[in-house]
Amino acid sequence: MVDDKDKLEREVLDSDAILKMVGIEKSFPGVKALQKVTFEVQRGEVHGLVGENGAGKSTLMKILSGAYRADHGIIAFDGAIRTNATPSEMIECGLAVIYQEFAQAEHLSVAENIFLNRLPRKAGGLVDWRKARADAVEYMNRLGFMIDPETEISKLGVAQRQMVEIARAVSQNAKLIVLDEPSAVLGDSELEKLFVTIRSLQNEGVSFIYISHRLKEVFDICQSATVLRDGQVMKSEPISEWTTETLIQSMVGRSISDFFPNRNPNFGDEVLRVKNLTRKGVLKDISLHLRAGEILGVCGLAGAGRSELLKAIVGADPIDGGEIELHGKPVRIPSPRAAVRYGLGFAPEDRKTEGLFLAQSVKFNITISRLKEHLSGSLINHRKERSRVNELSCAFRIKTPTIESPVGNLSGGNQQKCVLAKQINADCDILLVDEPTRGVDVGAKREIYDLLVDLTEREGLAIIMVSSELPEIIGMCDRVLVMREGEITAEIMREDVTEEGIMTHATFH
Amino acid sequence: MTELTTEQPRSSKIFFSFLPKRSGLIWVLLGLCIFAALLSPAFLNPLNLTNVLRQVALFGIVSVGMTFVILTKGIDLSVGSILGVCAVVTALMLTDGWAPGVVILLVLLAGAALGAVNGLGVTLGGVPPFIMTLGVMVMGRGLALTLANGQPIGLGEAAPKFMWLGRGDFLGLPVPVWIFFVVSAIAIVVLRYTAYGRQIYAVGSNSEAARLSGINVGFVTFSVYVISGMLAALTALIFVSRLTVGEPTAGTGIELEAIAITVIGGTSLFGGEGGIVGTIIGAAILAVLANIMNLIGITPFTQQIVKGAIIVGAVLYEMQRRRRSS
Repeated sequence: MVDDKDKLEREVLDSDAILKMVGIEKSFPGVKALQKVTFEVQRGEVHGLVGENGAGKSTLMKILSGAYRADHGIIAFDGAIRTNATPSEMIECGLAVIYQEFAQAEHLSVAENIFLNRLPRKAGGLVDWRKARADAVEYMNRLGFMIDPETEISKLGVAQRQMVEIARAVSQNAKLIVLDEPSAVLGDSELEKLFVTIRSLQNEGVSFIYISHRLKEVFDICQSATVLRDGQVMKSEPISEWTTETLIQSMVGRSISDFFPNRNPNFGDEVLRVKNLTRKGVLKDISLHLRAGEILGVCGLAGAGRSELLKAIVGADPIDGGEIELHGKPVRIPSPRAAVRYGLGFAPEDRKTEGLFLAQSVKFNITISRLKEHLSGSLINHRKERSRVNELSCAFRIKTPTIESPVGNLSGGNQQKCVLAKQINADCDILLVDEPTRGVDVGAKREIYDLLVDLTEREGLAIIMVSSELPEIIGMCDRVLVMREGEITAEIMREDVTEEGIMTHATFH
Repeated sequence: MTELTTEQPRSSKIFFSFLPKRSGLIWVLLGLCIFAALLSPAFLNPLNLTNVLRQVALFGIVSVGMTFVILTKGIDLSVGSILGVCAVVTALMLTDGWAPGVVILLVLLAGAALGAVNGLGVTLGGVPPFIMTLGVMVMGRGLALTLANGQPIGLGEAAPKFMWLGRGDFLGLPVPVWIFFVVSAIAIVVLRYTAYGRQIYAVGSNSEAARLSGINVGFVTFSVYVISGMLAALTALIFVSRLTVGEPTAGTGIELEAIAITVIGGTSLFGGEGGIVGTIIGAAILAVLANIMNLIGITPFTQQIVKGAIIVGAVLYEMQRRRRSS
């Protein structure tokens, strides 16, 4: 066994790729996140890593960076075996990962962030600020941008902060830089600048892993691409071998039309109308309406104010102006408590921090919003509660050992179903869902789509769905609102909606 | 890595489902009792056992309040000082000739009011519970000493009318033990069978999710400090009745005792997990342990070292458990 591993390691080291990961496996309770993944990046190339949310891209990158440890497999990086390296060892030997949410010290300066933990010292151990600033300027020059190195990071826009991250990677002599969905927060012109920087670093011999689900970018910048689906590598080829169609085919595993349930919408009366909703600096003059049985999509780039809109409607965030009408009557919703009482359900973006009580049972999570349904007198009737939860967990196909199991043990998809079941148990007739399939595996995604469609068609539920996955918006929604910088920039009907159409309204010109 | 390990259904768990998650505790307690009996025959002496029970009751009542607070992910360091203030107030009112019934009612309200100060600071002021209750702890002790002029206040003639509360017996058990039973029973019902109880767990597990689920997080948080203050006042009444003296230093250090009992009883300092049954067993474990140490002649000074080590040990145990499961 040991000999085999040695032999394998020697073989792996034989190649002169900058990175070679072989036979990587990783399981979480209830989920095989990665199965026998083999992934190789050549020196000096930009390698696209594509796949749907939940395909295993970030797990693979976390294993590479040392944040997770693989259950099996070998990692060779820059000519040495680094299978069980720690994050700091990986940085040391030339790996830099730039996450979507930057790991930056908000209140420190640009120079301090570039040299975090490695500020140059004078004899005697004091920080050599002059050298730090000069070096920072030099690195930024090399990347073709300039920001005053004294500027506090929190004062910068996302594009500039991303550049600072890249400068930091370069200052660490990174040989391989992982860009995790770098375009999610960028407009077109900013993206073009990013590409220029990537190409110039590439000429200096730096390699990149470029994670994105926007295929056009992958064709624009990458020399090869690997597709992950359900934790397995579907295919890894030079970019010339791929076409948009084959890439989508590999990613999704079936064509989009099969993936979403058929809609036979049956619209009822208007249930919600929002007029001129405003929150300073976040939402500008938002007006929208929603009918029973309708699924209204809301999309836009990260930071466009999509989640904030939902939170403002349910009273989770304060508003500075605007009116809300439910079933034609003006109401004031000062808190989520009021929203629950008005039959307004909300499934927040981040299940783990906002939606669920992870250590508590499935039952606890489903009934917490509306315990009064389960009271006999003023005490909770546990039998009544259990039978209601059993009913719901059956209807929502929640896979759990028992309804008493902690919800944290469930897979992402089943957790999301619990969040939805909780809203339905609270007897809502309007449901606001934020990224309903984030971190959910493909099979469960389809189940969630079916559920949502079923609820609208059979129960007449009205849904507002925020999502950054355009196929989902296109496949599910009867009408789509596009947001940009806190404003609604377009309203598109189902029959006219295309990815390009959405993106033109979502980005800057 | 945030996923927890899949829990295997265990038959013993179903059988002992009335016990808290760490049902091993009951065996620890039984083991300690057997150990104590073997070590010193005096342990099983009814008089000694009654003393142990009384100890369990006094610390237990405060610990029930502490459990409510810790379940919401808070902490209440002020219970000892609230106890001190209430002890002094009780003695002052009784020597002033107030009727015991009125005194009991007003002192309970005073404890609730002091708890409300904590609650307001934490909810409206946004002061972290540790700091808020630390402040009230220092202020409360100062208030108690000021009210009492730094001197213990004897009950004098008022004592006989009031002594039943701390010294009386009912059906062979001391009255404080009965009070503890009643308090615990109410607390168990509240936590397990009321919507409010559920909401306490919800706030402690994830206060943002609780808010978005329509729970009045502010009210729930506020209320647990009121409960804790009121139970500290109840303990003060028993203290004064038993000693027939209102001491301004009464209850010093009882907050640590109560935290230790709660944590040993399996209530998580991170909120949302645990309950009263664990706290009752925790109180019994600490009382038996103290009794053993007394019986075999370990000095109170050394006992403090042991208690401190037990608190750290209990938290270490919990940290290990969490690390294993993440």
